[in-house]
Parts: sequence; structure tokens; C-alpha cells
Amino acid sequence: MTADATTGALDLESRPRLAPGVRLKYDEARSCWVVLAPERVLMPDETALEVLQRLDGKKTVDALVAELVTAYDADRGEILADVTELLNGLLEKRVLAL
Amino acid sequence: MNAPRTTGSQLPPPMAVLLELTHRCPLQCPYCSNPLQMDQVKSELGTAEWKSVLDQAAKLGVLQVHFSGGEPTVRPDLAELIRHARAVGLYTNLITSGVAANKARFDEMVAAGLDHVQLSIQDSDAATAEKIGNYAGAQQKKLTFAKWVREAGLPLTLNAVVNRHNIDRVGEMIDLAVSLDAARVEIANVQYYGWALKNLAALMPRFDQFEASIATVAAARERLKGKIVIDYVVPDYYAKVPKACMNGWGQRFMNITPAGKVLPCHAAETIPNLQFDSVRDRPLAEIWAKSSAFEAFRGTDWMPELCKGCDQREIDWGGCRCQAMALTGSASEADPACGKSPFHAQLRGMAEAASHAAAPEFQYRRITPRVDQKSDAPEPVAG
Repeated sequence: MTADATTGALDLESRPRLAPGVRLKYDEARSCWVVLAPERVLMPDETALEVLQRLDGKKTVDALVAELVTAYDADRGEILADVTELLNGLLEKRVLAL
Repeated sequence: MNAPRTTGSQLPPPMAVLLELTHRCPLQCPYCSNPLQMDQVKSELGTAEWKSVLDQAAKLGVLQVHFSGGEPTVRPDLAELIRHARAVGLYTNLITSGVAANKARFDEMVAAGLDHVQLSIQDSDAATAEKIGNYAGAQQKKLTFAKWVREAGLPLTLNAVVNRHNIDRVGEMIDLAVSLDAARVEIANVQYYGWALKNLAALMPRFDQFEASIATVAAARERLKGKIVIDYVVPDYYAKVPKACMNGWGQRFMNITPAGKVLPCHAAETIPNLQFDSVRDRPLAEIWAKSSAFEAFRGTDWMPELCKGCDQREIDWGGCRCQAMALTGSASEADPACGKSPFHAQLRGMAEAASHAAAPEFQYRRITPRVDQKSDAPEPVAG
């Protein structure tokens, strides 16, 4: 089934995952993580990597945020805002799917 | 000071390599990116040679491999090469016309681990599309191929090259991409060198056609946000700033011809006096770092004063070397697509004149034997 990766569709119950044809891998030559996608390579920063590594298509945004709040002992509202912005950006680029 | 070093350990590894597995193709598009003098089948690298190229590319830090041509699916070993590329960790992209492979062959490629497919269309209108490709029945085959790609769960990009005959249907092409469930559509105006330069008058759109296409794309982007990514490559002849061709010569990308010559861009052979190394003679890492063709225009040292003194020099890297060659007679000039180039007005005038005249017949792309098979002499400049 093809998910309509409409940006407005993301909510707390969404279960984002890497879109088909997108892979996250560690690049030995550059000593960093890379996202390999159709016609593009993204180099995620630390925060983006932290999020991408936790996405499995089963975990909800709500659960993801809870994990990050615990891991970083941070404010839930702030984390939710950052995560939402990041996920929406990646959905728009079709790097993630719902 | 900020220019990338031309040699030594500072040179970053290449991001991508495009393999022209063959120059054979059932289509004869008059804007084909292959050179006017194409490699013959007997000169093509064998399976083991391509596998060695893939091994070397992965080791060098290449992340993505594009299997292209010609039409890459006419190579019986394509699935084997895809499997090998995946085994060494490369992201695999197939760039195809979609007219040459049957379902069984396609299934082999999927099983081999193909990551992504870029399917070309010549137009949304079948009659014009088939006139451009000079291949009756191509459109239905392409639509069927697109269906196989999505049924296999692979992401699909639709590639459309636009010109005076189809640019008025940019909106329909985007709609076609959506109906085929493509995640991305790349609409690119013709780049005029090689075959396309030969066919410039038959292809150049009018400026008002181009402006209308910009508006159509902008509206479609808004309407289809999050549903499909629309990339639009504008025509150089109507541009004010040049493209960062290949993201900088010799900085990201390598193109390997069917016979194994390694080029900084697919059209680089149109520049006389460049010496290209072959993977048959030299390791790929050494070619990337030291090949004189790669060093010729890497960084900013080669630039004319116009570019050296410009604050865009490390953004557009002086634009396209092949276009500078074809239109000014020197590959070391600024790309005439740049509004600051002394050749810019002439370029624009040429486009205006050609696009308002009646379109001549296409000169279709064909493989003709080289006059001297053994010669490594540079290709003559087209036009």
C-alpha cells in the first residue's frame, strides 16, 4: 500500500519509516552516517541521526518523543517541536514515508 | 584559499559514478547525451571489468552508482552487476528508457537488489513522444515498465527532457508522473551539446513557452507538495546564472564510457586536447586523484578573471565547460549561460532566432563507426 506522504498527515500516532529506496548507512570513507536516497545523499547531523536510527515503522511519533525526552532529560514540548519539524521536512523530500 | 586542493589527501572522494554500460539503445532521441561518435559493442567492458570498477568505486568512497547507457538493460549481465554493486555497499540506480527489458529480466534486477529506477519519457503525448524517440510503440512499453517498478515496491522517478515540441505539456507530464505513482519527476530542458547542439534549431523552445512552463511547475509544486517532488532544470540559453555543472568539475562525479574511459562529465570528450584515462590502464582511485582531464578544471585555478573575481565562483564553479567550449571556442571561458559573460547576449540571440523559426527535421542519434577505430583523438566539436 502506498502511503500518501502528505506533510499535514503527521500526528502523534503516525509511524514514520525510511521510504522505500532509502537507506541509512555508515560510510567508512568519510567516517560518518549517510542517508542514501534516489538522486540524493544526505548527511544527517547528530540530532537527525538520533531520530532516524530510532525509526522502524512501528514506533509512533509519541513513543519516539518519549524516548528522546528520557534520553536527553529534555522538555517534551521542545523535543516534539524539533522532531515534528525534522520529520515533516524529510517527508516532504520523500526520504520518510508513513 | 578555499578552493579544493587539486591533488593529494585533501581531495574528497567522489559521491557518484555513472556507468554507461553500452551506447546501444532502441531509441534515437535527437538530444541524446551520448557522444556523436559512440563506442562499438566490441569495445564494451566485460562483466569482470565492470565488477572491478564497482569494487574500486566502493573502496574509493563512491556512494551511488547509476547504471545508464545507451540503454543499460540490453546488457545481459545487468542484474549480475546490480547484485555485485549492492554486495559492495553501493546504492543502485537504473536509468532506463523502459522499452528493452521484459518482465522476467526486470524481476531479476529487483531480486538483485535494485534500489531505484529513473524512467525516461519523451512526452506525455504518445505520438510526439514516439516521434522524438523514433520508436513506434515506445509509450505503452514505458507505461508498463513504470507499473512493474511500482508493483515491485521500488521508488520511481520519471525523467522528461523538454523542448519546443513538448514544453507546453509540462503540466500533463507531471500529472502522468503522479498517475504512475512516481515519488519524483525530473523535468529538464535540453542541454545543448553533442547531439542536442546538432539539433538545436529543432529543439529550442521560445522564451514565452519557457516562462509558461515555469508558472506551471510552480503551481504544480504547491498543489502536489508532499505527494511528488518536482525538479525542474531550466534552459541555459534563457538563464542568467550558470548551473553548477556536475557540482564542480572533478569534485563529486565520474562518468565511465562503455569502453572504460573515465570522464568528469558525460560530454567531456567534446573538449579537445583533454587526455582521458581508461579503467583498463589505470586504477580508478588514481584516475580520480591524478587524471589530467580531472585536474584540468578542478577547483578555481583554471578560471578566467571574470570567474576568479566573482563571489559565485565556488557556487556555480564557472558553469559548464562543454558549453563554454561549444559556444565560445574555449573551455576555459565562463559559461555563456552566465549573464556576465561577453557571449551571453549572443547565446540568447541564437535561442530567440532558432525558436521563432520553423523547426527543422530531427537528426536522429545513430551509432556510426569511427573513421579510425584506433584513434584516441578528441572528438570534433559539434555545431
